[in-house]
Amino acid sequence: MALTGIQIFKLLPKTNCKECGHPTCLAFAMALASGKAELASCPYVSDEAKDQLAEASAPPVRPMQIGAGDRSFKIGGETVLFRHEKTFLGPPGIGVLVSTDTDEGTLAEKLKVWDTFQFERVGFNLRPELVAIKDANGDSGKFAALAKKVADESNFCLVLMSEDVGVMKAGIDASIDRKPVIYAATKDNVDDMGALAKEKGLPLAIKADDMDGLMELTGKLTGMGLKDLILDSNSRTVRRAFEDQICLRREAIMKKNRALGFPAITFPCEMADNLDKETVIASMFIAKYAGIIILSDFIGESLFPLLVERLNIYTDPQRPMTVEQGIYEINGPDENSPVCITTNFALTYFIVSAEIDASRVPSWLLIMDTEGLSVMTAWAAGKFVGDAVGIFVNKSGIFDKVKHKKLIIPGYAASISGDLEEEVKDSEVLIGPRDAAQITKFLKEFGG
Amino acid sequence: MAFEIPKIHYTGKIKEITIGAGDKTATVGGRDCYPFHLFEGNMPHEPIIAMEIWDMEPDTWPEAAIEPFKDVISDPPAWAKKCVEEYGARIIVVQLKSTDPNGEDRPVDEAADLAKKIVDAVPVPVVFWGTAINEKDEQVLKKIAEVCEGENLSLSPVEEAIHKGVGASALGYKHTVVASTPIDINLVKQLNILLGNLGVQDEHLLVDSTTGGLGYGIEYAYSVMERITQAGLTQEDDKLQIPIINNLGNEIWKCKEASLPKEEMPTMGEPGRRAILMEAVGAVCYLLAGSDILIMRHPESIKLAREMINDLMAEN
Ligand code: SF4
Repeated sequence: MALTGIQIFKLLPKTNCKECGHPTCLAFAMALASGKAELASCPYVSDEAKDQLAEASAPPVRPMQIGAGDRSFKIGGETVLFRHEKTFLGPPGIGVLVSTDTDEGTLAEKLKVWDTFQFERVGFNLRPELVAIKDANGDSGKFAALAKKVADESNFCLVLMSEDVGVMKAGIDASIDRKPVIYAATKDNVDDMGALAKEKGLPLAIKADDMDGLMELTGKLTGMGLKDLILDSNSRTVRRAFEDQICLRREAIMKKNRALGFPAITFPCEMADNLDKETVIASMFIAKYAGIIILSDFIGESLFPLLVERLNIYTDPQRPMTVEQGIYEINGPDENSPVCITTNFALTYFIVSAEIDASRVPSWLLIMDTEGLSVMTAWAAGKFVGDAVGIFVNKSGIFDKVKHKKLIIPGYAASISGDLEEEVKDSEVLIGPRDAAQITKFLKEFGG
Repeated sequence: MAFEIPKIHYTGKIKEITIGAGDKTATVGGRDCYPFHLFEGNMPHEPIIAMEIWDMEPDTWPEAAIEPFKDVISDPPAWAKKCVEEYGARIIVVQLKSTDPNGEDRPVDEAADLAKKIVDAVPVPVVFWGTAINEKDEQVLKKIAEVCEGENLSLSPVEEAIHKGVGASALGYKHTVVASTPIDINLVKQLNILLGNLGVQDEHLLVDSTTGGLGYGIEYAYSVMERITQAGLTQEDDKLQIPIINNLGNEIWKCKEASLPKEEMPTMGEPGRRAILMEAVGAVCYLLAGSDILIMRHPESIKLAREMINDLMAEN
C-alpha cells in the first residue's frame, strides 16, 4: 500500500532544486507520504517513478465505476477491515436476476415496479442499481434483445451473464451505452472474454472455484492490460461464501495481494430457495464486504431493510448523520399545536419524530443545528444552551405559524429553561420527557 | 500447497458465561475468534436467540407481532411457556413494561410476584429487562432478585447509577448482572470494572452496550461491538471479554417503518413481512458484530436468524 517517505525519496531525482516548494527532495517525499503534497508538483519525476508511485498508493481494493447514467455507482476503494477504522467507501450495488426465459410482458411490468423502489432518507435516495441478465440457452438473439429491452425501458445498470463469448458480444452491442459488467471470464474462455472486455472498455467479472484459480485469472487479465476486475469465488453456501469474503478483504488489506484486490460479486439468488432467506444472506454480504449482490427478485419488504442497512454500514463512523435545521410538521399541526424542540442528530430526529407521529397529536417539531450532536452532548458542549436555542427559535419563523408561546424542550436539557425563557420574549418553557418513549403520554396530557 | 486465508493472531477469548441455575441453564461465550471466523478459531457455544415477552399485554405492537401470540398475550407465564414449547426458546426475556412509572406503574411487589410465576413456568433461564428508569428499575430488580433467590436470573439494564444497589442484590441472591451503557467502549469497560470492584465476578456478567434499530443507530451499536470484540480478542483487554446481549426485537418493532401501513408507502410492501425482514436483517448485523444473546420477537424472524447461525456454523 502507501509507501514510506524514504521509499518515495528513492524514486525522486534527488537534485533538491526546490521547484516543488519544498527545500529538499526528502522533505517533498515526506510531505507526499503524509498526503500533504501532490506528486505533480515535481516537474522532474520520471514516468516510470510516477507509475510506481501511483501503483503503490492505489487503494488495496481496486475502485471502479459500474455502469453509466443515472444509476451508475462506485465500488471498491476499501482500505480497512472494520468500519470503525475508516469509512467503507463503495456500498455494494444491489441487483435482480432476469433470464432469457423470462416472459417479455411480465418483464416490462416488473421493470416499472422495480423503478418505483426508491426510498428517501436523511437526504439520500435509497434504491437498487442493477439488473443482471442471464443467458439461459445460448441464444444470442434473445440475449441481445433482453439486454436492449432492459437498457431501453429502465435506467438500471446491467450485468450480462453468459460464458459464451459470442452471446456476450451480442449482449454488449445491444447495451453498450449502459456500460454493462461482463460476467464471467472462466479458465475456459478467459482469453476471448478478456479481449472482449478490453476492446469494449468494460469491467469484467471472473469466476473460479478457489483463490488460486482467481489469482491465475486476474494475473492473466491484468497482464493483458485489464484493470477493472470483479471476483466470484463460486461459493454458494453461506459459510464458505462468508469465509471467502473475509479472505478476499484480508488478502487485499493485510497481504497487499493485488491479485485479489478487487471487489466481489455475490449471488444470494443462487444460495436460497426463497426471497426471505436471500434477504438475510444479502444482509451478511452488505456487512461483510461484497461489491455487487444479486437477488432473485425485488420486493419492497426485502429491499427496504437491505438499503437501510447498506446506508448505515457505509456511513462515516466518525461523523454523525444529521437532518436539516428547520420546522417540521407532524400530523398536520395548526396555530394551537404544541411546539417541541430538539437537535439535528439524525437519530434524535428519527426517534422523536416517530414518537410524535405515533402519538397522533398534531405538533410542530423545531430541529436545531447542533452539528449532529445529541441533546445531552450538545448541551454539554454548549451548543444546546438557552441563548443559542432562543436565538434559533426567534429566527425560525415558528411564531408566524402558532399563536401561543409555549415551547417544549427535551428533559435532558431541563436546565436551559430559564435562559430560554429570557431569550424568547413572553415564552413559557415546558420540560418534556427525558426518554422519547414518554413523548406520547406527555403530548396527550399537554393536549388534554 | 492449498491457499490459506490470512489469519489474525488472537490473544484473548470471550468468557464463558452460564445463566440460569439447576437444570435450567444456557451457556454462551468461550469464543476465541471473531464471530463465525471458524477457519481460525472456535465458537464452542453458538449465539442464542432469546425470545421476549412482556409482563403486560402490549399496547403498541403491530398486528403481525401480536398474531403468533394472541392466545397467550395477556397471560405472561403462558406466553413464556408457548415461546419455549412451540418456538424452542432457550432463554426467555421478560420486558418489565408494566413497571413503567409513566405508564401502568405496577407496584414493585406485584411485579416481583408475576416475575416469580414466569420463572416457575418455564424450564429455561430468564432475563428481566426494566424500563431504563433507574429508580424504579432498582427497586423492581432488587425485589425480583430476592423472591427468585438462587435462580441466577439476568437483571437488566444495570446502568452505572444503580450498579451498586442491583449489583449487591445480584451478589447476595446469586444472579447475573447485565451491565448497560450508552454506545461507548470506554463506558463499557468502566462499568465492568466498577461491578468487579463491587465483587460481581465476570462469570456473572453480561454486557448491553446498547442496541439500535435498523436505520435508528444500528451502525453505532455495530461498530462499538466490533471494537469491544477486537479489544477483547486481540488486545488482551479482559474487561472487554464479556458476552454481549442485544435487546433487538424491542428496537426494531418500535421503528415507524415496522408498522407503516402499505397504503401510506406502497413501495415498502406489507408491514408484517417488512418488519419480520427488518428484524432478521438487524439480527444478522448483530450476530456478525459479536452478539452472544440476541433478544427477538417474531417467530419467523427468529427462524431466519437461526438458519443463518446454522449455515454459518455448518461444516465446510
Ligand atoms: S521539484 Fe522534484 S527534484 Fe526538485 S526538490 Fe522537489 S522533489 Fe526534488
